[in-house]
Amino acid sequence: MFLEVNDLTVDFHTEDGVVHAVDGLSFEVDRGSTLGIVGESGSGKSVTNLAILGLHNPDTAKLSGSIKLDGRELIGAPQRELEKLRGNKMAMIFQDPLTSLSPFHTVGQQIAEVYRKHKGVSKSVARDRAIEMLDRVGIPQPKIRVDEYPHQFSGGMRQRAMIAMALVCDPGLLIADEPTTALDVTVQAQILDLLRDLQEQTGTAIIMITHDLGVVASTAHDVLVMYAGRAVERGTKQEVLRETRHPYTWGLLGSMPSLTHPVDVPLEPVRGTPPSLINVPPGCPFHPRCDYAKLLGPGVCTGERPELSPHRGHGDACYLPIKQKAELRRLPGKEAS
Amino acid sequence: MLRFLTRRVLGALVILLIISAVTFFLFYAIPADPARLACGKVCPPETLEQARQNLGIDKPLMVQFVSWLAGIFVGRDYGGLGHCPAPCLGFSFVNRAPVFETIIDRMPVTIALTIGAAVIFLIFGVATGIVAALRQGKPLDKIASVSSLIGASVQIYFVGTLAMYFFVYQMQVFRQPKYIPITEDPVGWFSGLLLPWLVLALIFTANYTRITRSTMVENLNEDYVRTARAKGMSGRSVVLRFALRGALTPVITIFGVDLGTLIGGAIITETTFGLQGIGRLAVRAVDYSDLPTLMATVLLAAGAIVVMNVIVDSLYAVIDPRVRLS
Repeated sequence: MFLEVNDLTVDFHTEDGVVHAVDGLSFEVDRGSTLGIVGESGSGKSVTNLAILGLHNPDTAKLSGSIKLDGRELIGAPQRELEKLRGNKMAMIFQDPLTSLSPFHTVGQQIAEVYRKHKGVSKSVARDRAIEMLDRVGIPQPKIRVDEYPHQFSGGMRQRAMIAMALVCDPGLLIADEPTTALDVTVQAQILDLLRDLQEQTGTAIIMITHDLGVVASTAHDVLVMYAGRAVERGTKQEVLRETRHPYTWGLLGSMPSLTHPVDVPLEPVRGTPPSLINVPPGCPFHPRCDYAKLLGPGVCTGERPELSPHRGHGDACYLPIKQKAELRRLPGKEAS
Repeated sequence: MLRFLTRRVLGALVILLIISAVTFFLFYAIPADPARLACGKVCPPETLEQARQNLGIDKPLMVQFVSWLAGIFVGRDYGGLGHCPAPCLGFSFVNRAPVFETIIDRMPVTIALTIGAAVIFLIFGVATGIVAALRQGKPLDKIASVSSLIGASVQIYFVGTLAMYFFVYQMQVFRQPKYIPITEDPVGWFSGLLLPWLVLALIFTANYTRITRSTMVENLNEDYVRTARAKGMSGRSVVLRFALRGALTPVITIFGVDLGTLIGGAIITETTFGLQGIGRLAVRAVDYSDLPTLMATVLLAAGAIVVMNVIVDSLYAVIDPRVRLS
């Protein structure tokens, strides 16, 4: 596996207490495949990926567990070594391309400096590479646009430039943190298509962080559902979206509009609010919001914390027996598309 | 860029014209008689009347203003009382010299004082601000915060007088502040201004530390700074090329105002250290009701601020490409 994350824990020490942002998370991504990480805001998606890049402030964030990129351990690696990997072997694109690109440098400069830094080439070689990358991500007239500033680009073009910047060194891993959230719907599809095409050409492993199950459905091979810093369900896209097991994933699917959804039946949001990550509810962190916790009798969901099971393949962290879930899933209003 | 500059410069000229009109009319409302000054100690009524005519103050105010303006470009003759070649800002009968000459004479003192101190407080203030922002909450940051609070609270006549007493008279590590032209004796120029520079810088550094620190803290959390780190840029490059670039705008804004104010005359500093610059000239002009000199110093102060603003505006465009379009 190209990226292996094992029992990753990220704690932030704040004045109010320790925030358990990620707690015992494990997953892996192989070259050429896309892992979709889904969850509400604050479920630990972005924290996980910033941990992979080593971008957390070491003064406040405490990381433990293991992150292996191409066999190399990243946790505890010196910053200098991580600097050499970032932008080179692993890259990230962010949600809002306007604020994520420097307003003070031209698009070309921002792409070229990555290539120069990691490949040690001359300015003119890096510039040619920047033009080539802009062309590859579908920006018209790349020779002119290379000298323009991000504010002269449209939203979709900016995200394309961001992708060009991330992929300029042919990284083995690309982390896309909600890459389409800030874009128009029509542009969203173009960006996702572009990522898919580039993946086919380069064989990059992609982690697609999103709260949009539609994005997952159209891009991911595997899916990881996160809740309160933990994985609650994991499997292939078909498994998670069609044979959904965890009640939280049901909730996510139920709150998503679809073309087959009856017009007169209102969408059902997941009840309640995400838990505090300082005082995570005992046992299954989802139990206060779960409709099915009471089916299992007192003490079950609030006792031991459920682990992902089975260990390989399609698994979820829930005490409800699989058979019972299959029955519950057929209840009206919980249709997944 | 050229159009941007032209517009700013034209705007600045209009502002200067308005300021000169306002100061002109304001000062001529003051009940001081320039003719009596020009006329001398013993002044018979006929000579006074003659002086009035020669100075042109028997004419309507508007006409006086226009001839004052014209004097800047073509010079003026005060009918036997004195001649004032262009650019003429008036003739001071206190100094018995054209005002412009006196200003030119005093200018190097103020400029040397300003530039020297500015170099120190800009470099030192921004540097400590960056360090404090990077060491947020750590001892170094706290030291910087406390010392800038102290620096911002003390007054120059207090620090300056203490420094003079201890460093010049007691320990004799600095020489008595004195202005010696750089062309005469560069070492003397430097050592004579060193203490005023340091004291002035001490007061101003605090402000720059605080501003740089707060904007750097803000900028270090910007998305594009995170992007720079995500693509493997080294720590120093992230701080200097990305975060500092964004933090420069507010620093330059304040710097322009401070520099403009100081060039207009560091009255208290010059008085504390006994330097004969523009500030002292202005104070003396007030004491002696020397209207032409007073007006010239006010105009100079205003002009310095206006010019600095034009420069700052142009620098914005250099720093931030987003400004260039609008």
